[in-house]
Order: sequence, then structure tokens, then C-alpha cells
Amino acid sequence: MIPLFFWSFAGLAVLAALLCVTRKSAVASALWLVVTMFSLAAIYVLLDAQFIAAIQILVYAGAIMVLFLFVIMLLNLGQRGPTDMRGWVGRGVALLMGAGLVLQLGVIARLVLAEGFGRQTAAYPLPVGELARLQQARGAIGMLADPLFRQYLIPFEVTSVLLLAAIVGAVVLAKRKI
Amino acid sequence: MIEWVWLAVLFPFVGFLANGWLAFRHPRATAAVSATGVGVLVAAFAVAVAVALSYAGAHGHEPVVVPLWAWLPVGSLDVWLAFQVDQLSLVMLVMVTGVSLLIHIFSVGYMRADPGYARYFAYLNLFVFFMLVLVLGASFPILFIGWEGVGLCSYLLIGFWYRDKVNADAGKKAFLMNRIGDAGYLLAMFWIFQETGSLAFGEVFETAPRELAIGGPTITGITLLLFLACTGKSAQIPLYTWLPDAMAGPTPVSALIHAATMVTAGVYLVARTNVLFAMAPVSSAVVAGVGALTALWAASIALKQWDIKKVLAYSTVSQLGYMFLGVGVGAIASGMFHLLTHAFFKALLFLGSGSVIHAMHHAYHHSHRHEDAQDMRNMGGLRRWMPWTAGVMWVATFAIAGVPGFSGFFSKDEILAMTFAKGHEHALFYVLWAVGVVVALMTAFYMTRMMLYTFHGPNRTGDQEQGHLHEAPWVMTGPLVVLAVLAAVGGVLNLPHVLPGAAWLHHWLEPATAAGDFFKPEVHLGAGTEWLLLGLATAIAAVGILGAWRLLHPETLRPAAEAGAETGLARILYRKWYVDEIYDAVVVRPLVWVSEKFLWKGVDAGVIDGAGVNGSARVARGIGAIGSWLQTGQVGTYVFFFVVGVLLILRAVTRA
Amino acid sequence: MLLGPALGLSAVLFAIGVGGVLLRRNAIVIFMCVELMLNAVNLSFIALAQQIGPEGQVIVFFVMAVAAAEAAVGLAVILAVYRHQESVNLQDLNLLRG
Repeated sequence: MIPLFFWSFAGLAVLAALLCVTRKSAVASALWLVVTMFSLAAIYVLLDAQFIAAIQILVYAGAIMVLFLFVIMLLNLGQRGPTDMRGWVGRGVALLMGAGLVLQLGVIARLVLAEGFGRQTAAYPLPVGELARLQQARGAIGMLADPLFRQYLIPFEVTSVLLLAAIVGAVVLAKRKI
Repeated sequence: MIEWVWLAVLFPFVGFLANGWLAFRHPRATAAVSATGVGVLVAAFAVAVAVALSYAGAHGHEPVVVPLWAWLPVGSLDVWLAFQVDQLSLVMLVMVTGVSLLIHIFSVGYMRADPGYARYFAYLNLFVFFMLVLVLGASFPILFIGWEGVGLCSYLLIGFWYRDKVNADAGKKAFLMNRIGDAGYLLAMFWIFQETGSLAFGEVFETAPRELAIGGPTITGITLLLFLACTGKSAQIPLYTWLPDAMAGPTPVSALIHAATMVTAGVYLVARTNVLFAMAPVSSAVVAGVGALTALWAASIALKQWDIKKVLAYSTVSQLGYMFLGVGVGAIASGMFHLLTHAFFKALLFLGSGSVIHAMHHAYHHSHRHEDAQDMRNMGGLRRWMPWTAGVMWVATFAIAGVPGFSGFFSKDEILAMTFAKGHEHALFYVLWAVGVVVALMTAFYMTRMMLYTFHGPNRTGDQEQGHLHEAPWVMTGPLVVLAVLAAVGGVLNLPHVLPGAAWLHHWLEPATAAGDFFKPEVHLGAGTEWLLLGLATAIAAVGILGAWRLLHPETLRPAAEAGAETGLARILYRKWYVDEIYDAVVVRPLVWVSEKFLWKGVDAGVIDGAGVNGSARVARGIGAIGSWLQTGQVGTYVFFFVVGVLLILRAVTRA
Repeated sequence: MLLGPALGLSAVLFAIGVGGVLLRRNAIVIFMCVELMLNAVNLSFIALAQQIGPEGQVIVFFVMAVAAAEAAVGLAVILAVYRHQESVNLQDLNLLRG
């Protein structure tokens, strides 16, 4: 069952991504991106990352994309105007780069899968199902909270400062008169 | 006392500094300048005599090296600033300080009216300083400092009246031709260091006979290079043409530098390095041959010169040739003897001619004419007004012509005798001897000619001027008399073996020449042969003098302005065998052409400026243009390159 | 067992994002493609979390926070630029031309 779900959501994600990239209307692109994010959320669930899936929908699709749509509406870019895609040369270049990148990343992925993690400690890779077992033990959120508030406490606090900085920056940049 | 020899070197230098300062601040303080300029020479001469007596009194045979300062202790090279007191350097020391002193005194009178009086004495003092460094130097580099320094002072003094381009050019010519010789000296010095590991005279002369093959290519090469330097400094073929031009300087300068001291530096060098030359018979033969040839060449030119100083200049070149003939056949003492006597009578001749020119200038000044005061065709019969000058100059003429009893007779005869004796070894030296005899005849002839045209016969200067011709003041005539005495009796320094009281100088110099004598075969001249040669010398002198007296007719001369042009052989001799013109066409013009067309326009402007400086700027600009072509300002372009870069990096990483 | 396919999907989505950046001239759409790329990377981390452990998900957490901050600031920048140039077309934003 799981592979079926995975492949369908994967296909949906790719399709939505392609559509996102090729629409003339900015609003359409944004909405297709939302679809991509939803599919990814579903895949996260399949990968034992339920909390992250929820966060993805709440934050990414729910906040960030909404913000995008705000700005698009504000700037009145929603209509179907003349396309802003590049000419045939540009399309060819984009295709080429994209293909090249896929191939290269594929090579890297195969390397990672084949040789494992190199000179890592015996901790990697985890035994199969270990993550699921951890989830059972601590709960989905608990499994995440443990490293978050222990090892990665400082990055966590710094991130809050980062968000503060972002707010200040955004406000300053977008004001009409300082 | 010997350790204080550096005082003799220091005093003239202090004089230079003092007079130099005076030249800037109080250029008209002639009394102060005279006192300083002459005073330091008196002090130097006193020190020189004291050191000489001290050394003689110590009866030592070894040279005494007085080290002053470790100048270049670098790796295996250890050059000290040190002076060497030995028989050879003492001879030069006393002669240089003594003759310089006399010429300084003469200059007080001669240069009195010159606005550059202080500058003149500053340069003259500096010259003495450098000359003393040269003769006292204990190693090749120190000698070279003096060598270069006297060349510099020669340039400064030849071009003393620099506002006239002719004088400045003459100074340049002297300096440049000397430089060619100096290249030879430097190469020889480097080679000596490579072969013997040292540059100090003592060590080199000890090591060379051990390390180097007698007559081999190394020692021959080294000595030939040293001789090249001598041809430059001592005006031998091929680098002699600067000396006649150097007559553009004040006459006392010609007397001091271009007669008595600087030009003898080359002879001194050969004498000092006589060990090396003794080890290289080919080089010695070259020295003798070039000396003889130069003597002949210059004497032929002197026969037809009209400028009194030019006659003396070519005479100097010729007599220097004699000296080199002497040291070339290995008769170091003979060469040095002639150096000494020549210093006396040639300085006297120059100074005397200076008195004459001084009087002629004075006369023309009063009559407001601008004739050439140095041309003998404008002179004549001057002994009526300048008896003392005429008298002492006749003494000098007898000395140079080789009249028996005078100093020049003995010194010239000894050189010729030694050359004749060496003919035993190789017939070439008989030829050189014959050349020497011919030159002696020519010398007697042209010197008498000079005296005849200047002091005897009718006067051609003009009626207005005659009233203003008179003897020079005593400050100028005094030194002339002293030199005349020396020129007359100086022969006693080294009488030939057949006469009693013989060969004092020869014996004195023996320790210095002993090492070299070791390599030379013994020369023996039978007493009979010696008397024969003495008689021949006397006859030559007589024929030369009387021949000139009879054959030349001063009455037929016209003043220089009215004189006709020379023709035929006379013209060739008058124009110095056109050597200057030949040098100009063969050496100077091609060099200038190469420098201008090729090196300047081609290499400097074209390659270095064009390709190098401008070219690199153009390349930079071109690369910049390409670079700026990439700066489109379009984010899309930047992203594209970004992605390309990422792909390449990933490729590189996965490859590794 | 889903690791391979998940990494492949991640690669494809990332490549599509890059293509989109190269393809479009509208600044906001390009920004969205960048978000797509970030999502692809998130997927990659989540997939590898099976092997590495919960740290993978922690990283995704931080990526999302940073992406949010970046989106806010970036859109503010685009707003400011729009006010100046009256356009968000990258073609018109070429004042840095060298």
C-alpha cells in the first residue's frame, strides 16, 4: 500500500511543480506550489515525519504561500498578461541545466546509497524501523523535541532572534516613508 | 712613522673638502684657497719623505702593509682598505707629492685671475688624493678606487672651463676611453680572484706562480686585460686619442695629470704586477711592442703639430710608449726610471709652455685681438722677453732629447740597452730597439723644432703685443727652476753599470721586482756594447737637434691666421693620421646608430614601452573589457553562471 | 526502503526549481521556485532521517523557520523595488550593469 501512496503523491508533486513553473499567471503558479507542498506533506507522513507534515501545511502552505499571494495581489500581478518566460534559447538552457542537475544529483544519490556514509561511526545507519520505534516510545513530537531542546537549543533560540530580525527588516523595507 | 702613511693620503682630501667648501661659500678668497691647497701638499710631501726615510732606515726588504679598515669581509673575499709601503710605492709617493707640490705652487700664479680658483684647487687636491690611493693601495680594489678617482678628476679638470662645449667634450672623451680600459681591469680583477682566491697584492703574487701555468692562457689573458686598462689610462694604442684632446684643460693640469702622474699609472700597474707579466712572455712582448709602436706613431704626429701643447701631448704619448717598452722587456727599474725623469722634464715643459701661453694671452688681451695664443706660428723669438723660461725649457729639451749628462739621456739609454740585450732571446726585440732609436731621433727633432719656433727666430706675434710680453712672476718660474735642476741632474738616480756610482734606483727596486726577475732570463750586456749604445744615443741626440736647427727655417713661417694649409704627408701628420676620424666612423657612428635606431627606438620605445608597459596595459584593459561584458546587470545571467558553477563543483567532488 | 525513490523525487523537484529560476523573469515567481527547491531539500532530509535519526527532522524544522524569515524579507525587498522601478521583471532591474 505504502508504495502506491508514495508514487501517486510523488507524481502529483512533480506534476504540480511543473505546472507551477510554467503558468503565465503568478497566482496560478502560487496555487500550484501549494498543491506541491500538500503532496510533500503527505509523503512526509509516509516517512514517519508526521509532525513535520503538519508544520509544513501550517507554516509553508498556510503562512508563507499566503504571504506570497498577498504580495502578488498587492502588486496586481494576478492577471494573465504577456508571459514572462524566456525565449526558446532560455528554455533550452533551463532544460539543459535541469537535466544536468538531475543526472548529477542522481549520481550523488547512488553514491550515498551504495557506499553508505563512509567513515561514519557505528551509529549510522540506524537499524530499520528504529525511527518508528522511537516514535512509539516518545511520541512523534517528543522524538523531535528531544534533540531540539537538548543538543540544538542554541540554534533554536537563535532562530527566534532571526525571526525578530526578519520582522524588523521586512517592516523597514516595505515602509513607504521611514 | 710608516704606519702614518695614511696622513699623506688624508691631507689632500682635507684640502679638497676645505677648498670645495670655500668654492661654494667664499669663491673669491684666493689667499685662503692658496694657503689650503698648497699647504696640504706641503704636509703630504713631508709625510711622504718621512715615511720613505723611515722605511729606508729600517733596511727591510718586505713590503709593509698598513691596514686601516676591513672593507669587504664577505665570504671568501676579504678586501681591506690598506696601504702598502714598499720600494715601488715609495718612489711613486715621493714623486707624486713632490711634483704635485711644485705644480700647485705654479697654479697659484697661473690661475690667479680665474673665477673658478677655489674649485680648481679643490679638484686638484682631490686628484692628488686619488693618485696617492692608487699608488699606495695594497690590493687590486683599492688601486682601482684610485684608478677610477683619477679618471674622474681628469674629467673634471679637463672640462674645467665647461662653458665651452669643446672642453666638456674633451673631458667626456677622456672619461669614456678610460672606461673601456677599466672594463679590462675589472675583468682581470675578477679572473685573478677566481684563480688565486685573493685580491691583495702580497697574496696574489705569492699564489699566482704556484697556481698558474707559466705562459699559459690564463695568465696571458689576465695580463692582457690589465694591459688594456693601461692603454686607456696611459694613452697607448688604441686608446690614446683622448690625451691630445685633454689639452683643453688648464696647463698645470696637463702638466700634473697628463704628464707626470695619472698617465704613468698604467706603467705603475705593470710594474706592480710585474710577477704576473713575467709569467706571461706573450703579454710582455705585446706590452713592449705596443709601447714601441705607440712611441713611433705619436712621434710622427708630433713632427707636424703647431699647437705647442699638442706637441707636448704627443710627446707624452710617445715617451709613455718608451716606458712600456721598458717594462715590457722586463726592465722594471728602467721603466720606472724613465717615469721619474719624464715626470721632471715633461712637467717642466708643460709648465714652461704654460708660462708662454700665459704671456701670450696677456699680450693679446692688451691688444684686443683673438688670435690663438697656443699656436707656435704666432710665437717666435720669445727668449728675448722670457729668458728664464727659455733657459729651463732648453734644459728640459736636452733631457728629453737625450743629451749626455741630462736625466733623460740615462733613462732612455737604459731602456734601449735592455731592449737590445733582450734581442739575444728573440729577434723581435732588435726590431723594437731599432724603432726606439728612430723615435729618439724624431724626439730630438720635434722638440728642437718646438723650441726653435717658440723662442728663436723673428717674432710673429705682432708689434702691439711685443710690449706686453714678459717673464712670468716668480711664483710660476720658481717651480720651473726646481724642475730644471731635477731634469738636469736626475740621472744620478740610476747611472748605467759602466759608470761609477751605478744603478741606485735599480738596487732600491730590487726587492719589489725580485719575484718577477725570477722568471726572466739573465740579461747581460757586455761593457763594450754598453759604451757603443751610449755613443749611439749621443750621436742620435746630436743629429736630431742639429738637424732640426739647420733644416728648419723659422723665418719662413707666417702667423697662424695667414698660414697656408698643409699638403701631402705633412697634412696627414698634422691631422694625426686621421685616427679620430676613423674611430668616429668605425666605432662612434655605428654605436650611436645602434643606440638610437635599434636600442632606443627599437627596444626601448618599441618593445619595452610598446609591448611591455603599454602592451600589458592594453592586455589588462582587454581582459577587463571581457570581464565587463560578463557584468550584464541581469540576475538571470548571474544565476546561470551560478548553476553552471554548482554543477562543475558537484562533478569535481563526485569524481574525487 | 523509500529512501532511494524519495531522494530521486527530491532531485527531480530540485531540478525543476532550478529550471524555473532560469526560465522565468518575474521576480516573485522566481522566489517561488526557490521555495520549491527548499522543499525538495526538506524532503531529502526527511528521507535520510530514517537512516540518520531524528536530527534530520530537526534540520527541516530550522529550514522552515529560516525559509519563513527569508520569504518575509525577500518579499519586502520586492515591494520596495516595485515602488522604485514600477516592475518586477528581472529584465528591467539592471542598474548593476557593468
